[in-house]
Amino acid sequence: MTVTDLVSYEDALAAYDPVMGLEVHVELGTKTKMFCGCSTELKQDANSQTCPTCLGLPGSLPVVNATGVESAIKIGLALNCTIAEWCRFARKNYFYPDMPKNFQTSQYDEPIAFDGYLDVQLEDGEVFRVEIERAHMEEDTGKSTHVGGATGRIHGARHSLLDYNRAGIPLIEIVTKPIEGAGERAPEVAKAYVAELRELIKALGVSEARMEMGQMRCDVNLSLRPNGTQKFGTRSETKNVNSLRSVERAARFEIQRHAAVLSSGGTIIQETRHFHEEDGSTTSGRVKEEAEDYRYFPEPDLVPVAPSREWVEELRATLPELPRLRRNRLREEWGISEHDMQSILNAGAVDLITATVDAGADSAAARKWWMGELARRANEDGVELAALAITPEQVARIAALVAEGSLNDKLARQTFEGVLAGEGDPDTVVEKRGLKVVSDEGALGTAVDEAIAANAAIADKIRGGKVAAAGALVGAVMKATRGQADAARVRELILEKLGVEG
Amino acid sequence: MADLIKLTAAEIAAKIASGELTAVEVTEAHLARIEAVDEKVHAFLHIDREGALAQARAVDEKKARGEKLGPLAGVPLALKDIFTTEGVPTTVGSKILEGWLPPYDATLTKKLKAADVIILGKTNMDEFAMGSSTENSAYGPTGNPWDLTKIPGGSGGGSSAALASFQAPLAIGTDTGGSIRQPAAVTGTVGVKPTYGGVSRYGMVAFSSSLDQGGPCARTVLDAALLHEAIAGHDPLDSTSIDAPVPPVVEAARNGSVEGMRVGVVKQFRGEGYQAGVIQRFDESVALLKELGAEIVELDCPSFDLALSAYYLIAPSECSSNLARFDAMRYGLRVGDDGTKSAEDVTALTREAGFGPEVKRRIMLGTYALSSGYYDAYYGSAQKVRTLITRDFEKAFEQVDVIVSPTTPTTAFPIGERTDDPMAMYLADVCTIPTNLAGNAAMSLPCGLAPEDGLPVGLQIIAPAMKDDRLYKVGAAVEAAFTERWGHPLLEEAPAL
Amino acid sequence: MPGITREEVAHLARLARLELKAEELDHFAGQLDDIIGAVARVSEVADQDVPPTSHPLPLTNVMRPDEVRPSLTPEQALSGAPAQEQQRFKVPQILGEE
Ligand SMILES: [Mg+2]
Ligand SMILES: [Zn+2]
Repeated sequence: MTVTDLVSYEDALAAYDPVMGLEVHVELGTKTKMFCGCSTELKQDANSQTCPTCLGLPGSLPVVNATGVESAIKIGLALNCTIAEWCRFARKNYFYPDMPKNFQTSQYDEPIAFDGYLDVQLEDGEVFRVEIERAHMEEDTGKSTHVGGATGRIHGARHSLLDYNRAGIPLIEIVTKPIEGAGERAPEVAKAYVAELRELIKALGVSEARMEMGQMRCDVNLSLRPNGTQKFGTRSETKNVNSLRSVERAARFEIQRHAAVLSSGGTIIQETRHFHEEDGSTTSGRVKEEAEDYRYFPEPDLVPVAPSREWVEELRATLPELPRLRRNRLREEWGISEHDMQSILNAGAVDLITATVDAGADSAAARKWWMGELARRANEDGVELAALAITPEQVARIAALVAEGSLNDKLARQTFEGVLAGEGDPDTVVEKRGLKVVSDEGALGTAVDEAIAANAAIADKIRGGKVAAAGALVGAVMKATRGQADAARVRELILEKLGVEG
Repeated sequence: MADLIKLTAAEIAAKIASGELTAVEVTEAHLARIEAVDEKVHAFLHIDREGALAQARAVDEKKARGEKLGPLAGVPLALKDIFTTEGVPTTVGSKILEGWLPPYDATLTKKLKAADVIILGKTNMDEFAMGSSTENSAYGPTGNPWDLTKIPGGSGGGSSAALASFQAPLAIGTDTGGSIRQPAAVTGTVGVKPTYGGVSRYGMVAFSSSLDQGGPCARTVLDAALLHEAIAGHDPLDSTSIDAPVPPVVEAARNGSVEGMRVGVVKQFRGEGYQAGVIQRFDESVALLKELGAEIVELDCPSFDLALSAYYLIAPSECSSNLARFDAMRYGLRVGDDGTKSAEDVTALTREAGFGPEVKRRIMLGTYALSSGYYDAYYGSAQKVRTLITRDFEKAFEQVDVIVSPTTPTTAFPIGERTDDPMAMYLADVCTIPTNLAGNAAMSLPCGLAPEDGLPVGLQIIAPAMKDDRLYKVGAAVEAAFTERWGHPLLEEAPAL
Repeated sequence: MPGITREEVAHLARLARLELKAEELDHFAGQLDDIIGAVARVSEVADQDVPPTSHPLPLTNVMRPDEVRPSLTPEQALSGAPAQEQQRFKVPQILGEE
């Protein structure tokens, strides 16, 4: 990795205006691949989900997956796009071993959806409109494993191993128009756009859009132009930036790198770049000897797609409430700030919290657990919240046990731990681990009496009016009951027994 | 046995159905014929003796159980080596697929098996169906049974030669620019290019997807119709397959007639480059049609003059993409993998070693025609020509029921004559190509021998899309009249091998 | 149209992944030039207001329901592989994108 000189972000923005283009690939959650009937289910068993078509065997032919087209139209509609009355697939010709036919079946000058926009909300509530150029249908490639090189990279590998289970899985590529006018907020806009798009895709039910699983991948194209000028500068294309945070970091890094090159009198070369999670930097991809010439032409093995207007309107009628509007509604219902809502969105917790509330929890409790204890666990395990082994119903049940006083926060955390460890549902975990709050007044009273006897000096202080000192006695009782007491009730009992008003 | 191999498919099927012959007898007779003559002809690339006999035994057992047999049950067939056959070599005439055993059957292969047709083996062809002489096969040329020093046509020369040398009564061809009809013409056999989409392309190794069409080859019009019916029909695995009933081809072949039909003669299908004997036999055919009660209509189809040019842009363009998959990664030949070379280099070395000169030439041509800066002038214009040709056909078919022409401008030319002159080779398809570009149906059937060389001349009949039955109605009438005039089928005049 | 140069042929060969020999480059340059010269006539219609035909049949919307069909077994899928390892296609080192 070469060390790249950077200028500070502030200095870069003082001289230059960033223009971005974002290309997002979304793997659809269809049952089968885009052009054949092979399952898309994730399997460890390599090359177990292939057929003549997705292996590109001689003689094989593609047939379009109707649900793939339907999903593309839904995405197009949700992005306020025009849906083509007639469009075709095209072949994008280039050789690469992970692509069985050595052309990708994609769309070229006739995308199924075009000219739309997506409004994204920044953390302070400002709404920024991102114009959409197009959304088109295509297929994914196989997966290569590089053997013999360091850390599975291509460089230095002796050979590669190919698994084509992923080859042919439907992809929708969504391309923005150049995003201008975001200024210093460009990286933030990039991140908010991808986050919003992910919410939209999930709301439409067309994909789980899990970035960590590669179901949603983003390319960040960025160029700078001197402030006050119109003409776009030369862009770099940073490929496969696969988390929200990385999208923001990649944009930021490229702004700083471009500024450094430009301000020192250099020129930016148009190239693809790779993003590195470790330090947030990008490095140059292989410089190609000659410009790619994909020799697109209409795919002769497929006939045109001409979605009837009736079908399009039917699909429009099924669109769910747009995530941003829904979030604003929820934000008001939950009574939280824009900032808090943004954090919830970034954590991928909107649906989880909503489902927990639907399961009977109070919204504050639902937010508290998902954004607190559970977010911490997800972070530790390096997974998304939704991937945790706990359901919103289970979270709601734990919240209910806390609300009725059967659990305190500490016991609730232990219950979460048990559920996540696969010990069963919350009630089972509470039962098995013996986590019930000690609510037997007699036993509690004895514990309080013992604590008072053992801490006479503190008890005197409390009698003398220093109510705050009661905390120490509460702690002693909690310790004696191994945390299984209701702390509020313990405090009441202490004050009662010492004849002090709370 | 000698008589057995001269039977038509319809006759063989009838004799098997009646119990007069068994499928095993018939198959053995044809395998014996192959053994006797194919060393000279080289029609087959692979003979599936065991598979064929097993299939034949299954037919005989079916018959013994009293099950109803299909109209072609037990009839042997020679399959062009462009259709995948599970577990049986499929090379497409190319070194790059030498030894490949497909893990799946083409839809057409499945249909043949389901119809209890006996697949004798796979026939020779120009590599990837690119050619008009079968000289481009990586496995050596095929001889024309009329004169083994002459070409049997191409790309399906193996299939046409197998028929003309009585190695099989039925064969399958594919026709991208004339590869069924031109071989039929030069070997004195019958070949039909069905309407595009009439026969599934699934499992047929692609040359030019928007032009390729599999079809029947036989020695009689009725046999072709029976085979046509067995292989045609909608296939959900082929998006370009027509979802409509197969035209009534067999019924038409059994009721040949041109009485009251309007038959078009296109002025663009003659002139320079046409052999005198070919024109002579063609003119006689037109006269015959008139005698039989047809009305002859002169037609002008100016765009046909651009057909060959459009074809030699579209077909190479599509093939440059279709053949990209032969990259040494997943199947087929791999050359140069010595542990130091990259995948990229191994792909390039393999393609260099595995493809013959004509295939490389067309890949290069197509790569050029599609490359940025040239697309509009070449590929784009060629697609416009295609529209113009389709319109010319539409206008013509407002005036006539069918069009006739010579199938190919000359009779079989000597092996080796045109191998260094691609443009001369391409001219062999000048009459057949417009049909591929427009997607409609056409047949070639024998209309006599050219006086100057005594070699067969083909008459092409062209029908509108989905009116394939008209080919058979007209073809059967012409065939009957000629057979009566000659006193026997034309192939009886072919020299013994 | 201008003639096709040897360099152009070399460029096309790279795009098409054909490791052509030196004599082939010359041979093809001449032949491609002849063929292109002969077929370039089609550009006569370039300016005509005619829609291009990409498919010979006027079919649209041929789609299949999103239903799983049986796949090949891994053994079948790999049956033609020039080399394999760990149930995967083994290929020479891949250059380029990471
Ligand atoms: Mg793409
Ligand atoms: Zn598949």
